[in-house]
Amino acid sequence: MSDDVLRVRTPIGVDYGWTAGPRSTAYLQGLIDGKLLGKRCPTCTKVYFPPRNGTCPMCGVLLGDDDVEVGPAGTVTTFCVVNVPFLGQKIVPPYVAATILLDGADIGVQHLILGIDADKVRMGMRVEAVWKDSSQWGPTLENIDHFQPTGEPDVEFTDYAGQL
Amino acid sequence: MRDIAVVATAHSAVTSTTETPVESLVPVLNEVLANAGLQRSDVGFWCHGSCDYMIGQPFSFVQAVDALGAWPPIVESHVEMDGAWAMYEAWMKIATGECDTAVVFGNGKSSSADMFAVMALQLDPYTDAPLGLDQVSMAGLQARAALDAGVISERGMAEVAARSRRNAMTNPHALVSGEVSVDELLAAPRLHDPLRMHDLPTPGDGVSALVLAAGDVARSISDRPAWIRAIDHRIDAQRLGGRNLATVASATEAARRCGVGDGRIDVAEIHAPFTHEELLLTAALGIDPSVTEINPSGGALVSNVLMAAGLARVAHAAERVMHGTADRVLAHATQGPCLQQNLVCVMEGE
Ligand SMILES: [Zn+2]
Repeated sequence: MSDDVLRVRTPIGVDYGWTAGPRSTAYLQGLIDGKLLGKRCPTCTKVYFPPRNGTCPMCGVLLGDDDVEVGPAGTVTTFCVVNVPFLGQKIVPPYVAATILLDGADIGVQHLILGIDADKVRMGMRVEAVWKDSSQWGPTLENIDHFQPTGEPDVEFTDYAGQL
Repeated sequence: MRDIAVVATAHSAVTSTTETPVESLVPVLNEVLANAGLQRSDVGFWCHGSCDYMIGQPFSFVQAVDALGAWPPIVESHVEMDGAWAMYEAWMKIATGECDTAVVFGNGKSSSADMFAVMALQLDPYTDAPLGLDQVSMAGLQARAALDAGVISERGMAEVAARSRRNAMTNPHALVSGEVSVDELLAAPRLHDPLRMHDLPTPGDGVSALVLAAGDVARSISDRPAWIRAIDHRIDAQRLGGRNLATVASATEAARRCGVGDGRIDVAEIHAPFTHEELLLTAALGIDPSVTEINPSGGALVSNVLMAAGLARVAHAAERVMHGTADRVLAHATQGPCLQQNLVCVMEGE
């Protein structure tokens, strides 16, 4: 019995190269340069930021080639207060993860809200991007450290109900 | 049983693309729909074949729906197989009367990784995968078994490669083509003994798509639909040591159930990424090379878009019927290590 093989380890790995596609490449290159660049659907005119896989999933067409600059301010369309600590957490709870509809975009991006007590964050609240120092910029939305309130009046629900 | 036919096809293949797989799908889907004269809203069912392991992204197949225009909601499905098996699902869907038309597509991005290593991940994880075999090693084992059994020869393998490259000269989606002599090929060194470079497939990134339609809908789309008279797929044991690698019993059984031998086959498109596989399959399917034109497209040897190459065989065979240059054709697709799974489809003109 002691000679029986009870367990084997068979590690398997494959290295992959990932291609962002020309439309998301423009988005990633824009971030390196401190710009927020989306792409417009030629059929329904919605602006995708980020351009996802390069198509408008509603219409099934390729997004247009032209860059569409969005933000840097936007509107909180929905949010979640994070109270639970977890492994690898970078921020001390409670904090707010929100979906932010950048001005000029038709889909929201998820980001962090700081500069306001978590229990004061609300749907329709206006926020703006707070960028990291440009020496830290790379091809990532993490170039924006967080969003903070602008102090502008809240946006009416009906004005963003179509982009939730 | 309803009459169901292939009525339109479209392909793309390049050595490597920087597009996302979803971006690459859109133009081919547009082309196949245009060839059928259909709008997206006319499509009763969408069925997709692909493999997440190819780009290393779980549930990547869900993203493919972004290429379809799924609003208002559509009816769609996916198989983690070559698109030929997606065609089988779509064929069943139409046969049950649930819809009259289906768009079938398969796509792959071979440039994402070492596909010979990726394809080895389908081996038994306890006994076979730890041996470190890749797909070429497995193919070499099968070629060696067949050579030793005396059922194929290295010259025969080189003849397959030379003919495939010659045929590829008229296939705009071939990634390698040209005139080359058998002696020239045999003078090259064995890279993966007994395999030489010409015995291996030419990997590509791309898409193949086709439209299936039933009865009068098919007749309204195409002047000469490629009617699917029989379709069947069978599976051999997965373990490489569990079967005689010099034969392909599942292909023989699928061909028998399709009645391949009941009449003349004008054209056979055989999904054989390696040269010896085509020779084994030709015998297993009961194809007579003196009567049947084999792989006029050049086959997977000249353009191996993984997860689309099997569906491409169906499409290329159907094109010959639709163009009126063949009456009865066979299409074959394979999956799994060393020809484990085999699908056979027989199509005819009106
Ligand atoms: Zn759109």
